Amino acid sequence: MNFPLEPQGAFSLTTGLLMAFIVGIGFGYFLEKAGFGSARKLTAQFYLKDFAVLKVMFTAVVVAGLGFWGLVSLGMLDLSFTFINLTFIWPQIVGGLLLGLGFTIGGYCPGTSCVALSTGKIDAVWYILGILFGIFIYSEMEPIMNSFSNAGAMGETFVWQWLGVSPGVVLLAAVLMAIGAFSLGTVLERQKNGVVQPEGAETE
Amino acid sequence: MTNTKPKPYWNPYAAGLGLGLVLLLSYMIAGQGLGSSGAFARLEYWLLNLITPGHIESSPYMAKYFANGANPLSNYLVFLVLGVLAGGFISGITAGRVRKTVDKGPRISNRGRFMFAFIGGTMMGFAARLARGCTSGQALSGGATLALGSWAFMFAFFAGGFMAAYFMRRQWQ
Repeated sequence: MNFPLEPQGAFSLTTGLLMAFIVGIGFGYFLEKAGFGSARKLTAQFYLKDFAVLKVMFTAVVVAGLGFWGLVSLGMLDLSFTFINLTFIWPQIVGGLLLGLGFTIGGYCPGTSCVALSTGKIDAVWYILGILFGIFIYSEMEPIMNSFSNAGAMGETFVWQWLGVSPGVVLLAAVLMAIGAFSLGTVLERQKNGVVQPEGAETE
Repeated sequence: MTNTKPKPYWNPYAAGLGLGLVLLLSYMIAGQGLGSSGAFARLEYWLLNLITPGHIESSPYMAKYFANGANPLSNYLVFLVLGVLAGGFISGITAGRVRKTVDKGPRISNRGRFMFAFIGGTMMGFAARLARGCTSGQALSGGATLALGSWAFMFAFFAGGFMAAYFMRRQWQ
């Protein structure tokens, strides 16, 4: 099979949207299973009590990263049909920082706020209204943000290109970094007895 | 349904493995990763266009979503996020975790929590536009494809999260 399927015309637009919905179900399902429908669980990461955000995110990045670059190296996934996030280094650093602040202040990110909404969190309604308001402000301010939002443009640049090594080396480094951070996180979680579970949850 | 107690969350590595496989599947099917802030923007521009079409036309930034008669809602990310709402509900309802609650620490009022939720959401919406993606579109998707700017984004995201923690401790702890 030649991946990715849709950009190479494997199916129609309607089928593609149906596929998107199915992939989304998987996305939402695992976010909720991880406990990411709870702002208390998510923010406990930044009090060093519950490392679920780091553990789930880095596990997902490493698993998908190994699969992605594995398929590329086997010639089964064509990069020229794949969207790669373009690098605009300054807006990404400043935006990332502001997003992190907004995460601890508001309790969610856009994806997790959807899962919070569908599991009944009323605070998620206010959060989502905030997202829409923030998008509105940015879109109205775009003419004056435009030059900064394009600062540090480097196009399609991979970490491994930038370091001058192969993708495998970067993935190995990511795995080692993940194992180190996970072990440290587990020690802190145990010390503080900090892992957040739903209120009144049954114990296993 | 005799047992009304909510089930505990999954082991984070198991949930991370599932999420990683879904992310990989997204690239294999659609040639793009997961995302959510883009869907919010598309919904918002679509609504704005119903209310004040002239205003959208005057902004190239928003008008590009309507180029050549396109409907901004006929899009991968929009249907993905509809799926996220459904998937979160399926997981929650089968684990006894769907409840009408306000998620917060014990030392803040509901009104205070709603205010911070709105402020944080506003910052997030603004920042996700600036950075061209949020935790899913940049950190997860760009992280897995080893895009340089997405890795810079990821470290900045964690730094920002820790920076606000001290000031927000009454809301969560």
